[in-house]
Amino acid sequence: MPKHQFSQKLMALLALSLMLIALGCVFGSTGIDWPFTEVDRTILYEIRLPRSIGAYLAGALLGLAGAIAQSLFRNPLADPYLLGSASGGLLGVGIILCLSSVGEHSLVTLIGINGGAFAGALLGVLAALLLAGGYKSSLRLLLSGVVIGVIFSAANSLLTFVRPDLYQSLQSFMLGNTSLITWNANLMMGLALVICILLTLLLSPVLSVLSLGENTARTLGLPLDQLRLLLIAVLALATGFAVAQTGLIAFVGLAAPHLVRHISGGRQRVQLILSSIAGGILLLGSDLLAKTIFAPLEIPVGIVTAVLGGSYLLFLLRRGQIGIRK
Amino acid sequence: MKLTTLPYSSLKICLGIVLCGFFGLTIAAVEVIDDRGKTISLSSPPQRIVSLLPSLTESICALGKCKHLVGVDRFSNWPLSLQNLPKLGGMSDSNLEAIVQLKPDLVVVDKSSSIISRLEDLRIPVMAFEIKTMADEERTLKKLDLALGSKESGRVWNQIQAEITRANKQLDGSQKNMRVYFEVNAAPYAAGRSSFIGELLTRLELHNIIPESLGPFPKINPEFVVQAKPQMIMLSETSLADMKKRPGWADIPAIKENRICAFKKEQSDVIVRPGPRMGEAALILSQCIAEKSLSSK
Repeated sequence: MPKHQFSQKLMALLALSLMLIALGCVFGSTGIDWPFTEVDRTILYEIRLPRSIGAYLAGALLGLAGAIAQSLFRNPLADPYLLGSASGGLLGVGIILCLSSVGEHSLVTLIGINGGAFAGALLGVLAALLLAGGYKSSLRLLLSGVVIGVIFSAANSLLTFVRPDLYQSLQSFMLGNTSLITWNANLMMGLALVICILLTLLLSPVLSVLSLGENTARTLGLPLDQLRLLLIAVLALATGFAVAQTGLIAFVGLAAPHLVRHISGGRQRVQLILSSIAGGILLLGSDLLAKTIFAPLEIPVGIVTAVLGGSYLLFLLRRGQIGIRK
Repeated sequence: MKLTTLPYSSLKICLGIVLCGFFGLTIAAVEVIDDRGKTISLSSPPQRIVSLLPSLTESICALGKCKHLVGVDRFSNWPLSLQNLPKLGGMSDSNLEAIVQLKPDLVVVDKSSSIISRLEDLRIPVMAFEIKTMADEERTLKKLDLALGSKESGRVWNQIQAEITRANKQLDGSQKNMRVYFEVNAAPYAAGRSSFIGELLTRLELHNIIPESLGPFPKINPEFVVQAKPQMIMLSETSLADMKKRPGWADIPAIKENRICAFKKEQSDVIVRPGPRMGEAALILSQCIAEKSLSSK
C-alpha cells in the first residue's frame, strides 16, 4: 500500500474519532441548550467530555493490548478479556477497593487502583501462560485464559461477600461502566497510552520477527525471552489501566485488530497504531449507543460491546477468517 | 505620601475582611458531620434536594421538607406526591447528568454509592448515610433535621416509638416468644437480630431463629430454617409459592399450620426500609401475627 494511501486512511479514522467525541458531547440524558447555561457547561466539560475522551482512551488501550496479544502469541483470538488479564486487573481493583475506605477517591486511591489493576492484569496473563505451558498451542492458551478468568471472577465475588458494602461499586466494574470517568482518570489513561504506544513502536520489529517463527527469530540473536516479557508487561499495563477506569469491557481488544487488518496490509507498526484507533472508535461508539438507545436510561457499555463484538467474532468464525492452531 | 498610606489602607482592608469573616461565620448556618465522618457546611437550609435512597426520601418527607425534593431515585415511591418528580436511576446506575441538571444544593445518598466522589468533584454538597439499625435511623433524622433546618426529628422518632409500643400491646402472651423467621430475599437472606427488622421483632418480643452472631442480613443455608422449626414465617408475597416447594420445608411448623405472613408489595416497602415508617412496619407485623395465630387456633 502506498504511503499516502495509508496517511489518508489514518486521517479518515482520526476524523471519525473526533466526530464521535463531538457526538458524545451532544448526546446524553438530554440534549444541550444554546446558549449555554452554567449547568450545561458543567455537564459538557465535567461529565460528557471526560466521559467521551475516557471511553476513547480506554478503547484505544484495549485495542492496542489486543493487537499486541494477537501478534505476540500469533493467535487471532488472543484478547485481554480471553487471556485472563482483564479479570486479573479487575481482581486487582477489587482488592485495592477492599483495602481502601469507600467513598474516598483521592488521586492516591486512583493511582493505587491503577497499580493494582496493572499487577492483577500481569498476574492474569502470566498465570494463563503458565497453565497453558507457553503459547505454542493457541487453543490451550485460550482455554487456560478462560479458566483463569473464571477463577479470578470467583475471587471477586468472594470479595463482595466479605465486604457487602462494596457490592455496588464492584458490580458496576464487572459490567463495564463509562459513566463516572473523571479528568484524573483520563490523565492516567492518556499517560499509559503514550507509554504503551512508544514501547510497542520501539518493540514492533521484535513482533515482526516473531511472526516469522520462533526459530528464525532465534537465529537473529535477539534476547527474545526478555523482549517478550517486556511486551507482556506493556499488554498488562494497557489492559490494567483500561480496566481500572471502565471495568470489564469484552471483545473490543479482540475485534479492533481484525477490523483494521486489511487496511494495514500486514505491516506491524501500522497494524498496532490502527488497532488502537479502531479500539477507541469501537468503545466510544458503543458508549454512544449505550447512553442513547434507552435515553434517559443507560445500559452498561460492557453489554453493548459484548453483543456487538461477540456477533462480529461469530461472523469472522463463519467466514473462516480465523484459523486456530490446535 | 502614597508610600505611607498604602500599608495603612491595606491594614484597614485586612481588618474589614476579618470582620466580614466573623460576620459571615455567624450567618453560616450549620455544619453537619455525615456517616463518612465528613463535615458538610451549609450556609442556608437546602432548597433543592436530591435523594437517592427511599428511606432517606421518606425521612425528609416525614420532617416536612418534601416540597424541597427536586429528584429521587427509581425506588422512592412514598409519599405519593413524589410520583411526578424526575427519577434518577438506582443504586449502581444513578444518572449523573440528570442529577447535575437539577442543580441540587444537597444530595443525600447511601454511603456505599459510587457516585459520591463524582458529585463532590462537581462541587455538589453530598451527605452520605449508612442506615442498618433503628439507632442509625434516629441519628439520620437528627442530622437531616440539622441540615434542613427543621425541628421535627423528636416528634417523628417519638411517633415511631409509640407505634412500636402499640404494636407490642396487640400481641398476647401466647403470640409473644413465637419462633419467627423473616426472609428478606429468596437467596435466602434472613433478617438477623442486629438489623432494624430484627430489632422490630425483638421489640415485639418475638424469638428470631437467627442467632445474633450471624450479623444483620446473613445468607443462610435453607437447612438451617428446617432445623430451627420456626412457628411463623414472614416474607414477600412474590416468594411465597417457591418457598413452599423448597425440599424439606413442608414439615416446618409454620408452613404445616399455615402461619405465614406474605406481605404485599406496599407492605414490604414499609417493612424493609429503615425509615420513618418503622412504626407502621411494627403494626403490620403484629397485625399479621395476631390474625394468623387466630385463624390457626
